[in-house]
Amino acid sequence: MDIQSCVNIQTEWDIVAARQLGRNVAKELGFGVVDQARITTAISELARNIFIYAHKGRVCIEKMNDKGHAGLRIIAIDSGPGINDIRLAMEDGYSTSGGLGAGLPGVKRLMDEFQIVSSPGKGTEITAIKWIR
Amino acid sequence: MPFREAMEAKYRDILAKYIEEQKESTLYLAQKFSRKSIENQVTPEEIISLHKMILQEMYPEMPTYVTHSFDLLLEIMLGYGFAYREHQSLRHQQKELRSEIEIAANVQHTLLDTEIPVVEGLDIGAISVPARLMNGDYYNFVQDENQCISIAIADVIGKGIPAALCMSMIKYAMDSLPEHRNEPSILLENLNHIVEQNVDPSMFVTMFHGIYNYEQHLFSYASAGHEPGFFYDGKKKEFTEITARGLMLGIDKKTKYTQYEKKIEPGDMIILLSDGVTECRTSEGFVEKDTLLTYIDKYLHLSAQEIVNRIYKDLEQIQNFQLRDDFTLIILKRSV
Repeated sequence: MDIQSCVNIQTEWDIVAARQLGRNVAKELGFGVVDQARITTAISELARNIFIYAHKGRVCIEKMNDKGHAGLRIIAIDSGPGINDIRLAMEDGYSTSGGLGAGLPGVKRLMDEFQIVSSPGKGTEITAIKWIR
Repeated sequence: MPFREAMEAKYRDILAKYIEEQKESTLYLAQKFSRKSIENQVTPEEIISLHKMILQEMYPEMPTYVTHSFDLLLEIMLGYGFAYREHQSLRHQQKELRSEIEIAANVQHTLLDTEIPVVEGLDIGAISVPARLMNGDYYNFVQDENQCISIAIADVIGKGIPAALCMSMIKYAMDSLPEHRNEPSILLENLNHIVEQNVDPSMFVTMFHGIYNYEQHLFSYASAGHEPGFFYDGKKKEFTEITARGLMLGIDKKTKYTQYEKKIEPGDMIILLSDGVTECRTSEGFVEKDTLLTYIDKYLHLSAQEIVNRIYKDLEQIQNFQLRDDFTLIILKRSV
């Protein structure tokens, strides 16, 4: 059974709460320190995107188990403006982070699986999974 | 991944060695280690984590504040790792882009390829070298059944891919106007229409077009704002600039071009070029036209192709092998 816990993102402090939640779950699942930090950074980026662009949304963390293989799933949902050109948003160097490697392509690289669904005017849902190695 | 497996033991060795004695040779080992780890895509945060772990193993009594400080460092370095990975991916993309442009340059080469006609009594040499991968200069020879050779040399203002794309269009426009090929002024007028209609208003094309009749040795020509070339008078051993007035292609739909004629005597030469030749720059400024002419003078005894090749080599050298603009030089030499 997957257990899901969520943090609503409205203020910058909520980003910290989401990070904390993610780190705790990652630790519980037995991820190494580096992967814990990676997962937390990915959560942080996604929560920050919600805070900056969508203003309102939530980040949920889910424990996963695929035939005895444990993993962590991040789901970031917002009802913000959505992304017009996902291909462009997934391009390196496009993000407003100013080429510091962050943004969506950065998150994708930190995680093992990455999925994005977005419709302009309606919002965005991003799912990313990391498996324990 | 053999390196990754051995990485831990190797790092432990180096660290232990260095803590025991701070020798330069150990630091050199560390440098080699870091090169290997970069090669194997090991990220900065992984190194910090490795360092912390080994240190904890070596010194179980290590104060907790040191352990905690590494957690902070790891978080900071994660950002660098992030940027590093983006850099890697951008580098990969750049490579791909470059090979794509190389393919495009090859395609362009095939598209714009022209053969230098071989006729009795006239020696022709031509060279065209792009400043970057793709050429915004263009030259073309066509020999017809009326003992005439059509010679075109054109330059798109600008360089790189946009200029090259524009040039490919002009080449096809020219190919589709074969009936006007023996009237330079009419050919330019027609091309002007096409360029005006099809090319971005910010882009201009200069072109020189000539017809050389190798039976009568008469050269008729017209220019659309193109860099003036030179006539060489074999008897007087003098160069004169080819004066031909005309507006660049693509500026005004109604432009008319004047056609000029010149009798070419044995030993005379026609020199056509693009501004990449006259705008060769050295640390002391532009290469003066006189300098160019002395170079031509120096190689007069050679074949036309040899002359253009040697001049290109010379100008390339005085510019420290950095072309600022596409370079095209054509020489037609009437044999004595």
